[in-house]
Order: sequence, then C-alpha cells, then structure tokens
Amino acid sequence: MAGGKERELRRRIESVQNTKKITRAMELIAATRVVKAQQRAREARPYAEQITTVIENLAAGGAEIDHPLLRQAENVERVGVIVISSDRGLAGPYNSSVIRAAERQVQNARSEGADYSLIVIGKKARDYFAFRNYTVESFTEGISDNPTYEDARRIAETVATLFTDNHIDRVELVYTEFLSIGSQKVATRRFLPLESTETIATEGSGDSKNTDSFEFEPSPEAVLESLLPRYVEARLFGALLESAASEHANRQRAMKSATDNAEDLIVKLDREMNRARQDAITTEIMEIIGGAEALGDDDQREDLVPAGAEN
Amino acid sequence: MTFQVELVSPEAITYSGEAEMVIARTLEGGDIAFQPGHVPFIGVLAVWSVEVIRPDGDRDVFAVHRGFVQVAGTKISVLSDVSEKSSEIDVERAQQAKDNAEQKLSQNDEDIEAVDALARAELRLQVAGV
Repeated sequence: MAGGKERELRRRIESVQNTKKITRAMELIAATRVVKAQQRAREARPYAEQITTVIENLAAGGAEIDHPLLRQAENVERVGVIVISSDRGLAGPYNSSVIRAAERQVQNARSEGADYSLIVIGKKARDYFAFRNYTVESFTEGISDNPTYEDARRIAETVATLFTDNHIDRVELVYTEFLSIGSQKVATRRFLPLESTETIATEGSGDSKNTDSFEFEPSPEAVLESLLPRYVEARLFGALLESAASEHANRQRAMKSATDNAEDLIVKLDREMNRARQDAITTEIMEIIGGAEALGDDDQREDLVPAGAEN
Repeated sequence: MTFQVELVSPEAITYSGEAEMVIARTLEGGDIAFQPGHVPFIGVLAVWSVEVIRPDGDRDVFAVHRGFVQVAGTKISVLSDVSEKSSEIDVERAQQAKDNAEQKLSQNDEDIEAVDALARAELRLQVAGV
C-alpha cells in the first residue's frame, strides 16, 4: 500500500525527536554542572596556593630534608600512571584523549624497560585497560563527577604508600586541564617524586615577597614533613576538580552538537517525508485517473477528478 | 590594630575576617596566641581548637583537624583539612562518632584510625561546648 514509506519516516522523525529531547536535557544539565565544577575548582585554589606559599617560605628558611616523597630513584623499575577519566560516556573526546595519553605513558615506561602500575579513576579508563589486558593496580569509581577532598586524600595516600614502599619509583598524573569553558587539554604531569622544595617554590605563584625569616614550630623539617603529603593531596584534588569541570564542559559541547545534528536530521527527514506523501498522493491520483480513463467516457472522468486536485 | 584571618580548607575559604588575636595549639609546642605584629611564623597545629577574637570582643571558636598556621605580616592563615565553627557542629553526629570510635578501640586499641577519629570527635564536642 502507498504511504508505507511515509509512515516509516514519521516513526523515524519521532525517534530522532525523542533523542533530541534527551541530548538537549543532558546539555542543559552539563551546562549547570560545569559552572558548579568550575566554581569548586576556583574555590579550591586558595588552599593549594597557600600551601605552595608555605613551602616557598620553608625553602627560603633553608629547610631541606630527606623526605621519602622526594626520593629520586636512580633506576626506575616501575612507573605509576594515574589516569583521571569519567564514569559515564557521551562526553565527546574527553575519555578517549585522556586514555590515549595514559597509554602512551605506559608505553614510554615499557620502552625504558620499566614495569607499570595503573592507578585508574573512572569506569571508562578501567574498561579500556581491562579490555586490553593491562593490569590495573587500583581503581576508583563514582567520584569523577563531583570529587571530594576525602576522595583525593584516599587516592593520594594509596599512591604515596606505593611510592614510599619502593613499589613504584615514579608517578605520572594524566588528567584534563580546564583552561576555559571552550578549551580543555590533556596534561601529563610528574606527580612523584616531588621536585625539591626550591623548585616548588620557584614554580609557585610567588605572592610571598617577604624575606623575613620565619619561626617554625616544631621545626622546619617537621613542618615540611607534614606539609608535603598535604601538598600531594592538594595537587591530586586540583587535578580531579579540573577533570570534573572538563568532563562536564566536554559533555555539554558533545550534547549541543548532538542536539544540533538532531535538528538538521529532523528538517531533512521532514522534507523527505513530505515528498513521499506527495508522491503517494500523485500516484493515487494517477491510479484514479487511469481507472477513469479505462472506463472510457469523458463525462465520467470529470466527475471523478474535481478541478485543482492534482496534488 | 587588627589583622586579617583566613581559614582555608582544601574545598574553600571557610572563614575570613578581621581579628585582634588568634589562639591556637601547635604540635609539641603548646598553646600560642598571635597578635598583630607577631614575627613571621609557620607551625603545625595539633587537633585542637582555634580561637579568633574579633575586634568587637566576640570570639569565634573552630575545631581544626590536621592544620597549619602561617603568620606573615598582617595576615594569618590557617590551612586545614577540616575547620568547623562551634555553632555549626552537629553535636549528635559528633557524639555518635565518638561512641563508634570508642567501640572500635575497645576491640582493637591499636586502631590508629579510631584513635584519630576519637580525638576529632572529642574536639568537636569540646568546641561545641558539650
């Protein structure tokens, strides 16, 4: 029967419209989340900055100790790779690019003749590495959306313990830097061993211009010893927050283009459907005319086809 | 004369304001009070309270866990994992945490986490004035 194609297209349009509703909702949700995540990343900055300032002042005060987190291994036998991905997909290239960068780090480690340990955050990266038979040393899920400091502390502690136990000799952190709402990029940073306090100090924001000598209690070394783990946690926390903001920004972008594509598709399918409908009508008319002609008589034909009913 | 006080946690700045004096307790060092003009100072804080005495004479008391204090010029910042204002402490929850920790300790008195948890819960209760 004529109209079969039309019905099929109508169904298709409906389904695209439903998809569009979903992607549109996801886009809006991601848009509000990215603002929140961005704000959290901003709010967390003072702490990280102040800790760096304290380290600066410690370095200026001449505190230089042999802390386990500063241990520079002469021979790197095992490299830890922390990778921050998301639990959920539909975030454009967000996961694949961070996973690719992490895999590159693993390959680098192998080409240096070292073994690797993957510390994975987010289901997506776990799935990827598990599927390819990489061994995953530690896996955390359910936090990448909205990480808390407690999460960062737990993971940082795990990593720091692996490091201080000489299980791993170097740790790379692979995450997505949030530059602005329109631009995020994958970053690979040396996580451990920490640079010497002097290097941290010169890399810092440098808002402490005072050269006064500080008093330390209990002692510069003791302060540094309890400060360095905090510094490690704060760095991981910062990376988690930036990754979360990047994830939402990427999802918003991906869902926006999905919504736009759905709109284009609907317009296209609408045209196609209208054409199919017109074709069906034309065919029907032709059939009627054909039938009337077959009956032969001119008078009868005029009755059957009123004027202006070609379409 | 006053100075600027900031309590900073990893998630946000939790308190910011003017103060005449700040009293804290450092690890091994005991109680220490800072007034404007104090020499630059960096210290590790004990799990203890931090008292901020405001110019109008009122005092704000905070429970601080795992923190540092830095005094530089006219600014004093307290960096800590947790800083809770006395009025915002959930007494019931703190009591519960204390009971939990005590129970754990009665089973295993070398449970470091429980020892920490107990210290934190006791501090909370003390700061909240129970």
